[in-house]
Amino acid sequence: MGETSGKGSCDGYDVAIIGAGVSGANIARRLSAYELDVVLLDKEADVSFGTSKANSGIVHGGFHHNRKYLKSRLEIQGAMMFDRLALELDFPFRRCGIVVAALHDDEMLAIDQLYRQGVENGVIGIEMCSRERMLGLEPKLSPDTVGGLWAPGGGIVEPYRFAFSLVESAVKNGARVLTGFAVERAERSGERWTVGASDGRAVSASYVVNAAGLFADEVSRIFGAEEYRIRARKGEYYLLDRLTKARPDRVVFPVPTSVSKGMLVIPTVEGTVLLGPTAESIEDKTDLSTTRSELEKILGSARTMIPSISETDVITSFAGLRPTLGEDFYIDISAKAPGFIQVAGIQSPGLTASPAIGEYVKDLLKKAGLRLVEKGDYDPYVEKRPHMKDVDHFAADGLVKKDPAYGNMVCRCERVSEAEIVAAVRAGHTTLDGIKYFTRAQMGRCQGGFCTYKIIKIVMRETGLGWDEITKRGDASRILKDTL
Amino acid sequence: MKELRYDAVVIGGGAAGMAAALELDGAGLSCAIVEREENLGGILVQCIHNGFGLIEFNEELSGPEFAERFEDRVRGTGIKPYVGTTVMDIDVSGGDKLLYCYSAEYGILRMSCRAIVLAMGCRERNRGNIRIPGSRPAGVYTAGLAQRLVNIEGYIPGKDIVIVGSGDIGLIMARRMSWVGCKVHAVVEILPYPSGLTRNIVQCLHDFSIPLYLSHLTTNIVGKDRVEGVEITPLENGALMTEKAFTIACDTVLLSVGLVPENELSKQVGVEMNPMTNGPSVDSRLMTNVSGVFACGNVLHVHDLVDYVVEEARRAGAFAALWLKGERAKLEVRVKAGSNVRYVAPGRVDAEADNKIYLRTLIVKNDATLEVRVNNRVIKSVKKTHIQPSEMITVSLGAKDLAAAAGSPDPVVEIAIS
Repeated sequence: MGETSGKGSCDGYDVAIIGAGVSGANIARRLSAYELDVVLLDKEADVSFGTSKANSGIVHGGFHHNRKYLKSRLEIQGAMMFDRLALELDFPFRRCGIVVAALHDDEMLAIDQLYRQGVENGVIGIEMCSRERMLGLEPKLSPDTVGGLWAPGGGIVEPYRFAFSLVESAVKNGARVLTGFAVERAERSGERWTVGASDGRAVSASYVVNAAGLFADEVSRIFGAEEYRIRARKGEYYLLDRLTKARPDRVVFPVPTSVSKGMLVIPTVEGTVLLGPTAESIEDKTDLSTTRSELEKILGSARTMIPSISETDVITSFAGLRPTLGEDFYIDISAKAPGFIQVAGIQSPGLTASPAIGEYVKDLLKKAGLRLVEKGDYDPYVEKRPHMKDVDHFAADGLVKKDPAYGNMVCRCERVSEAEIVAAVRAGHTTLDGIKYFTRAQMGRCQGGFCTYKIIKIVMRETGLGWDEITKRGDASRILKDTL
Repeated sequence: MKELRYDAVVIGGGAAGMAAALELDGAGLSCAIVEREENLGGILVQCIHNGFGLIEFNEELSGPEFAERFEDRVRGTGIKPYVGTTVMDIDVSGGDKLLYCYSAEYGILRMSCRAIVLAMGCRERNRGNIRIPGSRPAGVYTAGLAQRLVNIEGYIPGKDIVIVGSGDIGLIMARRMSWVGCKVHAVVEILPYPSGLTRNIVQCLHDFSIPLYLSHLTTNIVGKDRVEGVEITPLENGALMTEKAFTIACDTVLLSVGLVPENELSKQVGVEMNPMTNGPSVDSRLMTNVSGVFACGNVLHVHDLVDYVVEEARRAGAFAALWLKGERAKLEVRVKAGSNVRYVAPGRVDAEADNKIYLRTLIVKNDATLEVRVNNRVIKSVKKTHIQPSEMITVSLGAKDLAAAAGSPDPVVEIAIS
């Protein structure tokens, strides 16, 4: 995502948000409802390229954490905000419900505790279930299931599409996005911060929000704010073909352990199946590699809950990193750096909580002195874009008559047309990964084997980029090395 | 939405689709080919090396030349080719079959027909399918994508290359990348024998001194933004020798780890699949369990030579034409894969007709014997000087051979190799 300009190109802002993941994107979008100049900065080539692109994509059920934690309160509030957001922002979201499956009688004790916690948290519709009820709710569950928990409000969401839509909405309402902006220095003069990037660019802002995910500790240090250390905990996943016979109707959780919610079986909102995540603490916060030993755990664990899962349905594996910092989220006004808001340690249930984080941070900024005046012309809706895989043949006929490029199917596996690729490029997504997350092209069973060269040609045609400027995800990830 | 009507629609305009369509047209039936790419010829158009047509034309052609000969024939007929057109949906619930096809040029088409020939070919297995762990940098491509980039688009995807898997496309690309000035450091094969044709091992690896690591597993891909290397671990008696693992520095990994018949459309219309071939189960006339839906070429089972593909596809086209004229198979007899046989295709023969069976063996052997038995009695025995899993074997069975089967109440034909 190059440089997206909403309002003018001044380099002085009211608020600069560092990190365009779901936290930063929600904050930017929320602030864009007010008469403010907002800039969203991200070091990657596109938004949502960090933790927000590789996670379970779940709107949690509100029963995993005690209300004494901020993360629990924000989770419950955030979860309730998704229906309206999906209506306004046109990202894939569905409340398919969550089941927690107990496979031994002794696990029912933990189910009982989760149920009580859910009731205390005010979770609507939560239910303790018998074996029969569980198998009725999710017929693909193992016959060894002895009972479990049912949270009908839990759901599934495409996290990157969510982030893209939030950013699009923020930009539509005047916010500005600067990608490839790796914050390197910060200076305070008078009442303002000047924030400099490694490539020499700089912006100034009265307030700065640190939503830098895995690197929030480094950003905090740059601003002379609180010292803390974000640790990365890796989660590895398998993705299964949409034609798998093992796709459940609900999100299936095991009974959680003390350190993790366990490895899940997730029917993604776009039709595939996700297995994982594992949980492994690592040192290198850029290490997104999968490992044989961790991947081996996934299939075994998933099969205990859904025995029909087969390794022949695997189309890819990937890893994401949780930015962990103690037990809870750390969202507060810095006591050391003026006009600096910390939004750190946003691990699970961060995606679920993120809309509430937007609200919470808006209120913190107000408390810190930011004047909030509602915009008269704020428009919460983004343009709805058609997807060929979701329309019937008659609607398809109408689309192709308007623009023949809807008839040219570029990605056969996920049914993505040339028109949708062009829309992605025009929305600023010019890397192969950015186009993948925006359109799903290259995300299906052939993993780009058939469509990569077509997408390269469309990007070059639409942007004027040269062959040597086509990358997987920016910078050094060039796809091609030479010409004949 | 435009409405169109044909006696038969062939899905896929590669070698198989064109050969099948030519038979249907030759039988006086109206026929369309629906091809999702911008031109006919399928994967042949990017296979600019030679070695095609030795059986079909008794001469050695390049892929595009082979395709062109069939395209020229198609052009001289009443066959309507719809290129750049993708079949999105098939409805076989009514009397006629309906195909919904999307195209930038033709718009949305609804074609009705009585018979369908499936000829969609296959796709390459990818990194996820074989579950190679590691990072996910740029520079990991299937061999076929690399072939497309080099031969058609004119781009070189990388300079220092390791090829994972010894399938034919990988071997061909080892030579191709060497020719364009790249260094191919190794071909890594998990099995103790190569997956590709012997002639390709000789012409593409030996002639270029490219090392082939048999019984080696690719255990890790390294590199943050672009591939920096691959870790390779030897296998001994099926066990990973982790202490003997080594890393080869490279900027590109090409995968040639097998082909999968592309049967998503077939499954959508309820075609039953054969788990051994990943293609449809078909009768002696190459018809699937869905009446009037036929299959041929790489969508039925993966072939090693296009010559075999067109031979099979011609039979499928001719059978579809006979079916359209009301003719049905006479005496269907089940064919079973016996010892050392991975699969037979088709899985049935007509005991009162001439049949051609394709099969693959599970073993590597010199001086092997192939036996065809009917109810445990040997009716045909063929000597083979050399067999291996990567080389397809064909067997012809005529009505005379199958007379014993025709006479018995519950006959089974079994093909075994020893």
